[in-house]
Amino acid sequence: MDKFYHSVRLDEDLCMGCINCIKRCPTQAIRVRNKKAQINSKFCIDCGECIRVCPHHAKHAIYDTMEDLKQFEYTVALPAPSLYSQFNNLDDVNIVLNALLLMGFDDVFEVSAAAELVSEATREYLSKNPDKLPVISTACPSVVRLIRVRFPNLIPNLLPLNPPVEVAAILAVRRAMEKTGLPREKIGIIFISPCPSKVTYARAPLGTDHSEVDKVLAIKDVYPRLLSCMKAVGEEPPEIGTSGKIGVSWGRSGGEASGLFTEDYLAADGIENVIRVLEDMEDQKFTNLKFVELNACNGGCVGGVLTVENPYVAEVKLKRLRKYMPVARSHMESEGEELVRWTSMVQYEPVFHLGDTMMESFARLNQVERLLKKFPGLDCGSCGAPTCKALAEDIVRGEAAESDCIYFLRDNVHKLTKEVARLAADIEEGDGDSYSKFRAMTSYIVRISDEMNQLDRKEGRNQNDDKGTD
Amino acid sequence: MDVITFHYTISPDDFTRAGEASSDVKSKLKKMGVTPEAVRKVAIAMYEGEINMVIHAKGGEITVHISTECIEMVLEDVGPGIPDIDLAMQAGYSTAPDAVRSLGFGAGMGLPNMKKYSDEMEIHTVIGEGTTIRMVVNL
Repeated sequence: MDKFYHSVRLDEDLCMGCINCIKRCPTQAIRVRNKKAQINSKFCIDCGECIRVCPHHAKHAIYDTMEDLKQFEYTVALPAPSLYSQFNNLDDVNIVLNALLLMGFDDVFEVSAAAELVSEATREYLSKNPDKLPVISTACPSVVRLIRVRFPNLIPNLLPLNPPVEVAAILAVRRAMEKTGLPREKIGIIFISPCPSKVTYARAPLGTDHSEVDKVLAIKDVYPRLLSCMKAVGEEPPEIGTSGKIGVSWGRSGGEASGLFTEDYLAADGIENVIRVLEDMEDQKFTNLKFVELNACNGGCVGGVLTVENPYVAEVKLKRLRKYMPVARSHMESEGEELVRWTSMVQYEPVFHLGDTMMESFARLNQVERLLKKFPGLDCGSCGAPTCKALAEDIVRGEAAESDCIYFLRDNVHKLTKEVARLAADIEEGDGDSYSKFRAMTSYIVRISDEMNQLDRKEGRNQNDDKGTD
Repeated sequence: MDVITFHYTISPDDFTRAGEASSDVKSKLKKMGVTPEAVRKVAIAMYEGEINMVIHAKGGEITVHISTECIEMVLEDVGPGIPDIDLAMQAGYSTAPDAVRSLGFGAGMGLPNMKKYSDEMEIHTVIGEGTTIRMVVNL
């Protein structure tokens, strides 16, 4: 398993080399080099922000298709709570669940049902571990990945429990094997996901060595077919839903926390807000907090980049749907603990260090400060890095050059031009050794020409951008 | 021994900017690869000092010296000075005005936390002239 596996990818053919993604990436993981974006897999946390902002649709998420399900004899759909928020006037989740069966799945296991078990286990964890407060939610894989690379001091605060999707998958496997007698590999556990981050989780999970989720479909792909199946579900669909308000609420920001029956919680959504909260937590700015719920997407999972509905409209729909539901319908059984507990701890990955040792990093930090004095501080992005500082860090890591800065390059050209003018004047006056001066002048002219070529190449990229965005 | 020095000017009464200097230092230390524990100590100690300068002293200057052996923070202000250091060092003791407390500050943990999270701390204060605090976190 690649610990830096990613589901967010770049389509080079569509990439115009503009600076939209580099500017918006919350971990500064993207650079434009040779007119194409590159995602640094060590920095990327699969939040999907670049998919949202790319005007050329050059970023996409990889996930599975309905075709991929044919390899299984028996399939179980695991609908995310956020799936329910995608439909107009939905007042009964059983319509969605029965439509999934009509679509071809053999069984359905609601992630929201498993979420109620996780809520129960979280309540117990909070009461038994007062030294770990405030506890940070681990349901959003992007948040866990962010903490892993950027907030090592907060790793002990992570809730060491499987996310609802994993608990649902484990239970769905058991039920399917009991029901069918089939071996594990013939059973497909299929999560219907609002985001790429969960694809990453299924393929390279943190907190467990292996996920029981076999395939991940995107809500936006399932949506049209599901919609037509929903129309085919009759007036009074058979009751197969097993979750209540608590479970369904997990689809939106604040939902997970509301299932903990405490007011001492904070819920932040949107990756930039999440980062601010984590920074403040690290500085111990919060007191008396028990739980911190963090979701990388605006609005929570309803804001996932693979959903179809506006996150805030989706939130309203989810609220409406919950209205007539009981508080909770799924409860932990005796062996619940092992279902829910993490089996491996998250390790700090110090990917942002400037060097391999502290001595080297220290020397490079010094170099970064010197470089920053040379750069204009405009953070224009023309070099392909999001800020002048990021460029300086790339340079000390050996991944970029000073001449990538167009202002630096332009100043150089000015300086050389002045030198040429001075030498020309000397030669005209006949001072000293004209021949060596003439040769020096020629070499300056060659350098000017080289640097102009470099500038032209960069300008050329900008012209392409203009064409692309018009 | 090589030392990198950073200067920060802390503006008075601007709570929206309080903490900028300490978070800048924190991000530098994280890139420098010092232990997470040392990052935490510097971040908390310096943030408390920075906030104190905003609340009590109409801002001031912070100088941070970073080497591979220690982080030294020198916080200088021309504020009112601390009349009774022993009292100010007591957990929970605060002279913060109500307006500041209503923002969630003024819990009386500033100096005690600075002491707790630094390996060395010296306070030099003159009533009516100002306070200079030097803190060191060893790496």
